[in-house]
Amino acid sequence: MTPLTCYLLVAALLFAIGLAGALIRRNAILVLIGIELMLNAANLNLIAFWRYGPHPELLTGMIFAIFSIAVAAAEAAVGLALVIHIHRHTKTTYLDQINRMKG
Amino acid sequence: MIENLTQSFAPSASVSMAANLLWLIPALPILASGVIALLQQPRRKTSAALAIGALSLSLLLSLFAFAHVVNGWLHGIATREVVNLTWMQSGATNIDLGWILDPLSAAMILMVSFVGLLIFIYSVGYMEHDPNFTRFFCFLSLFAGAMLGVVISNSILLLFMCWEIVGLTSYLLIGFWYQKPSAAAAAKKAFLTTRVGDVFFLLGIVWLFAQSSTLLFYNHGAGSLEPLALASLLHQPAAFGLTAAGAIGLLIFAGAAGKSGQFPLHVWLPDAMEGPTPVSALIHAATMVAAGVYLIARVYPLMAAGALTGGTTTALTAVTWVGAFTAVFAALIAVAQNDIKRILAYSTISQLGYMMAGLGMGGVAVGMFHLITHAFFKALLFMGAGSVIHGSHEEQDIRKMGGLRKLMPLTFLNYAIGMLALCGFPLFFSGFWSKDGILEAAQHWSVAKAPFYMLVFGALLTAFYMTRQVSYVFFGRERGEKPAHESPRVMTVPLAILAFFAIALGAIGTPAWPWFRAFLEGRAANFDWSGFAEPGLLALMGVSTLVVFLGLGLGWALYGNQSPQPEAADVLEKAAPPVWLALRNRLYVDEFYGATVIAFYYQWARFADWLDRRIWGGAVTAVAATFSLGARLNRFLDTNVVDGGFDKGCEELATGGGLLSLVQNGRVQTYLRLLALAVVALIVLLIWSSRA
Amino acid sequence: MNIAFYVSAVLTLAGALASVLLKNKVHCALALTVAFTGLAFLFLNLNAQFAGFAEIMVYVGAVAILVVFAILLIKGSETPLHGAFSRSWPIGATIAAGIFALLGWAVIESASHLPKNTPTHAVTVDQIGQALVYRYVLPLEVVAILLTVALIGAVIIALHEDGRTQ
Repeated sequence: MTPLTCYLLVAALLFAIGLAGALIRRNAILVLIGIELMLNAANLNLIAFWRYGPHPELLTGMIFAIFSIAVAAAEAAVGLALVIHIHRHTKTTYLDQINRMKG
Repeated sequence: MIENLTQSFAPSASVSMAANLLWLIPALPILASGVIALLQQPRRKTSAALAIGALSLSLLLSLFAFAHVVNGWLHGIATREVVNLTWMQSGATNIDLGWILDPLSAAMILMVSFVGLLIFIYSVGYMEHDPNFTRFFCFLSLFAGAMLGVVISNSILLLFMCWEIVGLTSYLLIGFWYQKPSAAAAAKKAFLTTRVGDVFFLLGIVWLFAQSSTLLFYNHGAGSLEPLALASLLHQPAAFGLTAAGAIGLLIFAGAAGKSGQFPLHVWLPDAMEGPTPVSALIHAATMVAAGVYLIARVYPLMAAGALTGGTTTALTAVTWVGAFTAVFAALIAVAQNDIKRILAYSTISQLGYMMAGLGMGGVAVGMFHLITHAFFKALLFMGAGSVIHGSHEEQDIRKMGGLRKLMPLTFLNYAIGMLALCGFPLFFSGFWSKDGILEAAQHWSVAKAPFYMLVFGALLTAFYMTRQVSYVFFGRERGEKPAHESPRVMTVPLAILAFFAIALGAIGTPAWPWFRAFLEGRAANFDWSGFAEPGLLALMGVSTLVVFLGLGLGWALYGNQSPQPEAADVLEKAAPPVWLALRNRLYVDEFYGATVIAFYYQWARFADWLDRRIWGGAVTAVAATFSLGARLNRFLDTNVVDGGFDKGCEELATGGGLLSLVQNGRVQTYLRLLALAVVALIVLLIWSSRA
Repeated sequence: MNIAFYVSAVLTLAGALASVLLKNKVHCALALTVAFTGLAFLFLNLNAQFAGFAEIMVYVGAVAILVVFAILLIKGSETPLHGAFSRSWPIGATIAAGIFALLGWAVIESASHLPKNTPTHAVTVDQIGQALVYRYVLPLEVVAILLTVALIGAVIIALHEDGRTQ
């Protein structure tokens, strides 16, 4: 078990947990939480591969992770704004009831 | 004496206008018949006018043609003008039609149209009270046209076609009062019996056509009756030692025997009296029954082919024997009949036998002369009988008539003339000369003497039964229920005209001036008293005179003025009851046929019906059932498999769609799940394929 | 593997599990924060100091706060009427497990091919800055625009519409 493998397994598990949360939870915000966890798992993967992979002097992994963080932040903001907006309209964040996309 | 085939006159060269217009003679009455057929029943005057007008025109044309031929004869030309047309072509074979103008056809068309016209005029009076007047004249006109067609035909096929039309119109006219079951049955009997003869005739036609490869009688040397074809026919052997010529001759005679009522195909003629009297007069005395005799006369070269001078052929011998036998046979039956028309019918059969015998033994002229004279006096007798029936209020049984001499004098006078002509009363009446011609030929026949004795006996019987009839009808006291009256002039005038000819026609056939014979044979005829000086001729005339007087005397002695009651038995019946009964029942010929031919046919018809219903019907039903089964199967397949399958498929699609639509529930988490699932699947696939 | 790794890993995973499994939404948000912190430690372990601190600053400091704000804004502090998990949660769990199985298998299968131990490389912020400006200047600009757009968008979306709502 190389260090890289351990990190990768942790990332995988984190990703699975995040996915589970996104798929299981009823509330929209908690789904967003799950998504954030998935993103972070990906970031972890990136950094781990940068550290243990070839050419770490290129900083590819690091920069990628930084950008990922930035984008995730923006996405979280927009997503939550959307959730609040929907809540204003439908008075609920119960995802099963938000089925305007049906059909 | 056998006809000498060489003619002393030169044959005619060109085709005259008379010959070219000859086709109009039958065409006009047929056309009139067609027009009348389109008329409504009440238009009596129009239909009668059309029929009589058309036949008058035909008579004029016949006169014109006859005059042309006589003119030729006077100038020493033996006319034989033919106009031939090709009707159809099938490869190398031609189906030809055509007509011929020669002395035989000229004489015949004149007789047919003249007698026919008189009978047409007579019918106007006779059928006055009948509701189907128009239909009568339509059929009568069609008959006249067809008969004339038979006479002028130069193609055996055209002859046969007109022959069949004659038979058809005879059927229609005999069964004119078709509501009467006896009339309908009689018409059927006539048609079927003549049909039997026609089958043999057709066989003869086909054989002749096959052998000589032409349908035309005379075609400038290429016809079937011309020497070339006859020679080839003579060299062709057929069965039973006959040549082809002989066999064909016999077959054609079978057809003639049917139409002319020779034994054994005579059974239809007496029953044909069910038709109106003008029909009996025209068809069954003068013309249609004469068509058979005319046919034999027309194909005489074929019948006589191969005969050595003074000898005879098989065909002609057969004709003679059948004719002679029929003459006696019918005369015997006539003695015991009580219906006025039936006596005349059997008399006609008997006289036709004479004609056939005359043809067989003496040649064309002898037979044809008797035919012409017989046409006149027999038509006269029938029309007279019609007048009697009309005057006696539709009574036909002679035992219920009597004393009409005083009540219907004109009819009596004309009838008496006809009767004497039929008996052959010497010298003044045409029947004497024509019958004597036949007797003379019989006397000199080389094969046997028996026909001569038969014919003499027949003459005796003829005189006897005619006297019996006349004394029953015209003499004695009245036995009818109502008093009789004389017929209108429209009926008695034609009688008078015919009576005149019954006397006058004798003049053209005497041995002193054998004009008719010379005319037919294309020889010169000189008036010469020495014609009587031929050996044995005067003796023969004496014998026939004796026989006639014997018959008349016997008849008068037995029946005379006695007029027995209708219920009382006849004189002869008392004398020899079984004989009388046999004769009365027409010698059981009809019963014989009924037991054999008809019975057999009935069984066959039943068998055929069984076959049809069970076997063929069964087969058809089976096929239909198979088809029905197939159709049912098809429907089952269609409903359940095709439709059902399709419906099920659509249902499944709908269900599937319904199921799949659950995916589109608008919920984000569902979509997410599906995404993740798809990713898993894709990656697994990717790894698997890259590892494989 | 040093102890720091294990502690950080446990922290991260525990926090993640908690945020996914807890019923109270605020508790979930706070557990999320713990998870983020654990992650930051993991980054630090991996010699990605910049990423680690960026993680704390951005995620813990902004995203988690944002989540809490959102939860509070929609009155999520009350106990939910319905259950916390959807009715068909086993399906989701199965799918997630499947993903993990797949990823885990991939990692372990390729473990032999992965590099074992490479020397560490010191990274300075100067190097990151240089890289950003020289090599990755385009993504930088794009992300800048993205952030601007997201900012404006979020504001617009969350804005009260006059007279139409409430």
